[in-house]
Amino acid sequence: MTRIEVTVDGAKVSDDVEPRMLLVQYLREKLGKTGTVIGCDTSNCGACTVHLDGRSVKSCNVLAVQADGHEVTTIEGLATNGELHPMQAAFHECHALQCGFCTPGMIMQSIDLLNDNPKPDEKQIREGIEGNLCRCTGYHNIVRAVQTASGQEVGK
Amino acid sequence: MTVTEEPQMEIGRDRRRKEDQRLITGRTRWTDNITLPGMLHLAMVRSPFAHAKIVNINVDEAKAAPNVVTVVTGKDLGEEQGSLPNAWPITPDQVTPPHPPVAIDRATFAGEIVAVVVARSAAEARDAAELVDVDYEELPAALDLKESAEDKVLAHPDLGTNKSALWVFDSADAGTGGNVEEAIAKAREDGIVLEREYRQQRLIPAFMEPRSTVVDPTGEQITMWSATQIPHILRFLLAAVLGVSEAKVRVIAPDVGGGFGGKLQTTPEEFITMVLARRLGKPVKYTETRSESMMAAHHGRDQWQKLTLAAEKDGTVTGFKVELLADLGSHVSLVGGGVPVLGAFMFNAIYKFPAYHFAVQTVLTNKAWTDAYRGAGRPEATFGIERMMTELAAELGVDPLEVREKNWIKHEEFPFTTVAGLEYDSGNYEAATALAKEHFGYDELRAEQKARRESKDPIQLGIGVSTFTEMCGLAPSRVLGSLDYGAGGWEHATVRMLATGKVEVVTGASAHGQGHETAFSQIVADRLGVAFEDVEVLHGDTMVAPKGLDTYGSRSLVVGGEALVRAADKVIEKAKPIAAHLLEASVDDIEFSAGRFGVRGTDQGLAMAEVALATFAAHNLPDGVEPSLDCDATYDPVNFNYPHGTHLCAMEVDTETGAVKMRKYTCVDDIGNVINPLIVAGQVHGGLVQGIAQALWEEAVYDDSGTLVSASFVDYLVPTAADTISFDVDHTTTPSLTNTLGTKGVGEAGTIASTPAVVNAVVDAIRQFGVNDVRMPCTPERVWKAINDGGGGDKTTEAAAPHFDDSGDTAIADGAPE
Repeated sequence: MTRIEVTVDGAKVSDDVEPRMLLVQYLREKLGKTGTVIGCDTSNCGACTVHLDGRSVKSCNVLAVQADGHEVTTIEGLATNGELHPMQAAFHECHALQCGFCTPGMIMQSIDLLNDNPKPDEKQIREGIEGNLCRCTGYHNIVRAVQTASGQEVGK
Repeated sequence: MTVTEEPQMEIGRDRRRKEDQRLITGRTRWTDNITLPGMLHLAMVRSPFAHAKIVNINVDEAKAAPNVVTVVTGKDLGEEQGSLPNAWPITPDQVTPPHPPVAIDRATFAGEIVAVVVARSAAEARDAAELVDVDYEELPAALDLKESAEDKVLAHPDLGTNKSALWVFDSADAGTGGNVEEAIAKAREDGIVLEREYRQQRLIPAFMEPRSTVVDPTGEQITMWSATQIPHILRFLLAAVLGVSEAKVRVIAPDVGGGFGGKLQTTPEEFITMVLARRLGKPVKYTETRSESMMAAHHGRDQWQKLTLAAEKDGTVTGFKVELLADLGSHVSLVGGGVPVLGAFMFNAIYKFPAYHFAVQTVLTNKAWTDAYRGAGRPEATFGIERMMTELAAELGVDPLEVREKNWIKHEEFPFTTVAGLEYDSGNYEAATALAKEHFGYDELRAEQKARRESKDPIQLGIGVSTFTEMCGLAPSRVLGSLDYGAGGWEHATVRMLATGKVEVVTGASAHGQGHETAFSQIVADRLGVAFEDVEVLHGDTMVAPKGLDTYGSRSLVVGGEALVRAADKVIEKAKPIAAHLLEASVDDIEFSAGRFGVRGTDQGLAMAEVALATFAAHNLPDGVEPSLDCDATYDPVNFNYPHGTHLCAMEVDTETGAVKMRKYTCVDDIGNVINPLIVAGQVHGGLVQGIAQALWEEAVYDDSGTLVSASFVDYLVPTAADTISFDVDHTTTPSLTNTLGTKGVGEAGTIASTPAVVNAVVDAIRQFGVNDVRMPCTPERVWKAINDGGGGDKTTEAAAPHFDDSGDTAIADGAPE
């Protein structure tokens, strides 16, 4: 067991974890942050995407011990004082989710994309979220949501 | 003078979804999120062999591992585990092998469960599963569908055959049409006969949420949470198979992360979790890994289609003969052979075939079992007929839309009884096609195609057409009964009027992404004249919604929605005498409109909420009237409904590399009246991508020893955002005549229609090279081979997965960067 201290969604937490424990398991099992989900075991689907010191990571691809001393933001830490993050609001507005399982990861990745490139074109959006799989929406409305959140004109 | 402003109707509004708030903030209840005190975890030991005798299982080391509670084998469970049910024996003499959740003496596909570890944590259970020592004696495996149909190697040697059932429909025998053999013979003399063989590859539903089950046996009711589409059917079958009183079983489908038919199953894992929780008296959880999901959750499609189309020289179709081989996999699962049978009524599609014959032979093999996947039988049928109509156009040298129009049911010919015996109530193929052509820029793209051909451009353009229809809203119970399906097709709804004026709606449909909470609220808000926000839709828990037949087959709106309408109408009728009493008027003078009970000819009236409160208080009700407005309704449809549409696809094919690229996709679907256009568009987009993925990317590939090599998202190509394009989606509206709301199903339409549109486009781009087919998925390799040697029909090689290479060191060295 290894002692780690992490700031998760603004709160400092400290736990003893097995060295092999993945960050996503730590978030779900130790902290009850079940908004972040596990969709695969090969780091392809991106459902577990969170921010580590402000950059998106697939939390199935980071060990909990690697997060020691760092700051993690999950889907549950995005809204402030009950106000949705603009990306969350855009996903709702554009009907960019159906079953919602990929949504937390998709939103976290989309925020990271706009942090890098505030006005991406459609191709850049599609390539920017390529590491996150969605089976319901066909991505059409997810692209619209990212366009909306970036303040750009939205196609039909 | 007063101007009364019509209140805005909810139906037809693009309401944002009620269910989004919890999903976008992570306040979700996926089954795997559930943790109960003292909960134990399962890990499955799965057979690495497609077919093997289980000689011995040594569990000693696993049992001794830290925090392991027990390890059980199929032998240990014996009769207690029951046999997984097949709800649809398609013929009386169907050969159906027994299906124990944990294999007892023989593993019948790679991935089948042979032992189960129970431990205090999921990680410890998995660690211990590695320590279970199974001694297998490998047996020859039935893998290839065609060879298996010849009984060369038996999937279940005891049965003596792989052939499970032969199901036949013949229009001459049924009295719905002529004799297809005569039609074909005549066409051989003086018409056109087209004979083709198409492959429907094996697919994996690949819902994003892996399946998970939690069972809590403490308390009076045994509660199961499961990532399922069918909580009600699951409850019934758990009780029926395991001998537990149905009244003692509660099944909850909490938030469910997609299904697409893949969670229309009662699974070995659910039964095992139930049995072990009861045995141990403790809550038990099992959550599969993605690899397990790919290997052992059911697969879809997997058919060979032998098709013979007869036509006159002018292109008028005269007969269609369909002979299918369908791969069941190792067992006949819940719907099993019923999936291809659902296609039996759809191969004739929108066309006026005078003669039709359909036969499907279902075949057992040593692969994961197959069952429903989005569209279930209808995509296969639509692919077959839409490919053939395009081939007929090519044979005649005419535009593919022209030969379709020549043969389709004209708008003025509805209602129309088809050669398969179904009555299509309504449709307007002309209108949908005209609008689609306009949106697509059909004539301009044809002109560009011609120019590219003439200039021998290395990038050729192909245009694919699919004018599909489908039967949905499964299903009239009598029809299901006549097909020997084990249940009915009704749906149940309850409307409860709360004292505060809020409305609780309970539906037996079980949403897993469809947006029922929103769409059903819109329906009830209009019907009762209450605010959209005041309606709460409850579902997915057999204690909250005790009656229902769940969500699949594009049925929730057209069957479940109709049940809702009827329950709401009953509430209004029930409230009228109370309103009349309170208003001191005659019931005959009460009119209900926009949420208000008014007295005819006066300005007196009461709002629905006021009547609800008065009924709750029950201080002043008419004699003999019960103090409740709540009503329920169980609706059994009289007919299917028949969405249709015209899909047009433009594909660019690089003739030098075989690479294909989608240029444009337009679809105009006619799904009748639309409750929520936003939700409908979402259903179409997602459906399109799943159908396109079958055409271009996805295939479950087994190697020669029966190992699934596409058992992760590395090798099974679920498309990404970068693979897909934005779609051009529109609608025509021909209301269905078989339900009050005039709606038709939309959940499967995109998937059913799009696959042939894409393949027709790919073939159209390269037909000039003598190509008339490319096998799905249309990979660059296949397209290139088709162009260069007409060999576009190769089997997919399993070379896609070099990571199991024997020479591990070499593989790493080869793959490593400098």
